Amino acid sequence: MEKNISFKLKIWRQAGPKEEGRFELYELNDIPTDTSFLEALDILNEQLVEKGEEPIMFDHDCREGICGMCSLYINGHPHGPATGATTCQLYVRRFHDGETITVEPWRSAAFPVIKDLMVNRNAFDQIQQAGGYVSFNTGGAQDANALPISKVAADEAMDSATCIGCGACVAACKNGSAMLFVSAKVSQFALLPQGKPEAKRRVKAMLAKMDELGFGNCTNTGACAAECPKNIKLSNIARLNREYICAKCAD
Amino acid sequence: MWLTNSSVGRKVVMSVTGLFLVLFVTFHALMNAVAIFSLKAYEAICEFLGANWYALVGTAVLAAGFAIHIIYAFWLTYQNRKARGSDSYDVSARPKTVSWASQNMLVLGLIVVCFMIVHLIQFWAKMQLPEIMGERPAGGEEALGAAFGPEWWYYTLPIYLLGFCALWFHISHGFWSAFQSIGVNGNNWLPRLKKIAMGWATLVFVLFAVEAIYFTLHFAFGTNF
Ligand code: HEM
Ligand code: SF4
Ligand code: FES
Repeated sequence: MEKNISFKLKIWRQAGPKEEGRFELYELNDIPTDTSFLEALDILNEQLVEKGEEPIMFDHDCREGICGMCSLYINGHPHGPATGATTCQLYVRRFHDGETITVEPWRSAAFPVIKDLMVNRNAFDQIQQAGGYVSFNTGGAQDANALPISKVAADEAMDSATCIGCGACVAACKNGSAMLFVSAKVSQFALLPQGKPEAKRRVKAMLAKMDELGFGNCTNTGACAAECPKNIKLSNIARLNREYICAKCAD
Repeated sequence: MWLTNSSVGRKVVMSVTGLFLVLFVTFHALMNAVAIFSLKAYEAICEFLGANWYALVGTAVLAAGFAIHIIYAFWLTYQNRKARGSDSYDVSARPKTVSWASQNMLVLGLIVVCFMIVHLIQFWAKMQLPEIMGERPAGGEEALGAAFGPEWWYYTLPIYLLGFCALWFHISHGFWSAFQSIGVNGNNWLPRLKKIAMGWATLVFVLFAVEAIYFTLHFAFGTNF
């Protein structure tokens, strides 16, 4: 049921990467509860532009939970209080009339703030470039059923492949660890025959890149999986550990 | 060397030393129980171990296990703090599935260290150390009687119980985490390992706590069961 609510937004403002940041309090009045949270921020930004103030910078793209561009740490949770959903899938009806909603950028040394709520997640691209792919010869594609794959492996690989690379796992982690992301990317290939030939090289390269970029050591708190909008499972991290240990022992 | 310069390798070291320590404390708790049933048998075990070469090798391996575990604990925690960055969240909430212990392993470990210092002064320094130095060692019953006797029990008992509590929390997370760290885990085993971790931590806690309370009643209050 739609109704209108008014709320306050406590938002992190920071002019640039090297600038001091601070919280700023804004008010939004009479917002329909069916408005998405990012639309509410759009409304706020329009009001700011009208007043001649600097609009709030935040990342977004598809607005349908598939691209992984949106971020935001809302009321103590990456992607807000909803589970299994991205910030762009969050609606104003999640909040109460008169509530103060705190909105912060992802906080991790490997994800420095660019401006306001926007952080630099380039580190994830670098990890992907280090090995998050399979190499194919050019030419006609192989018959789809030429490679037998068990249903269990196919399902697991598919689940791992749903990771959208948003970085909520890093934002949620007290150790700033990227293990859930890296494990999902390693798992989606490690589970399939197409990924096997490069499996050892892949896991070593991706993990080395992750370590080099300054992400932390996983202590298995599980905050990542609890906050992941795509419900990527902790078992992926066990698989990553297994793949890495086996690859290193085979050296 | 990947056990030092990769995050997964460092966790393997943490995990293997941690599991070794879990086995040690379990063994220790079971051995103490002997003193409840028969102080004579306990005395025999103490004498048998004493400062023989195998007991000394065991002690050295154990000390190394602790040292590596503790050094890595500080090292990992330092790296993780750095990775987290100096800016903290204004509002943060712990998801329901995240255990408190998992986020406080270092603090819990440090409480265990404090307990261990007291414990080593009360027992090791009176039993094995003098024997190594060629002096007369105290017997098992003698050391127990001093620690849990009328003069000291009201310091000893609370410190021990606090140490056991910290150990319970530490193992309740550490046990399954150790399997996860070496890759021995999966969707089916995660909930099972979590249950086994709880059970194991509780078993160790109950054994130690019952023993400490029993020794207090016996040596401080002269209760005979
Ligand atoms: C008898 C005592 C101890 C036992 C049985 C024990 C056991 C364990 C186990 C099984 C783990 C899990 C390893 C993993 O996640 O892979 C662990 C982790 C940990 N322990 Fe201990 N430990 C003991 C003493 C200590 C002490 C004395 C300290 C610190 C001063 C300590 C600090 C830590 C820390 C910080 C972790 C988490 C490290 C990480 O996951 O990266 N522990 N411990
Ligand atoms: S594992 Fe989940 S939280 Fe982490 S990047 Fe992928 S989708 Fe985002
Ligand atoms: S904007 Fe694409 S996932 Fe949210």
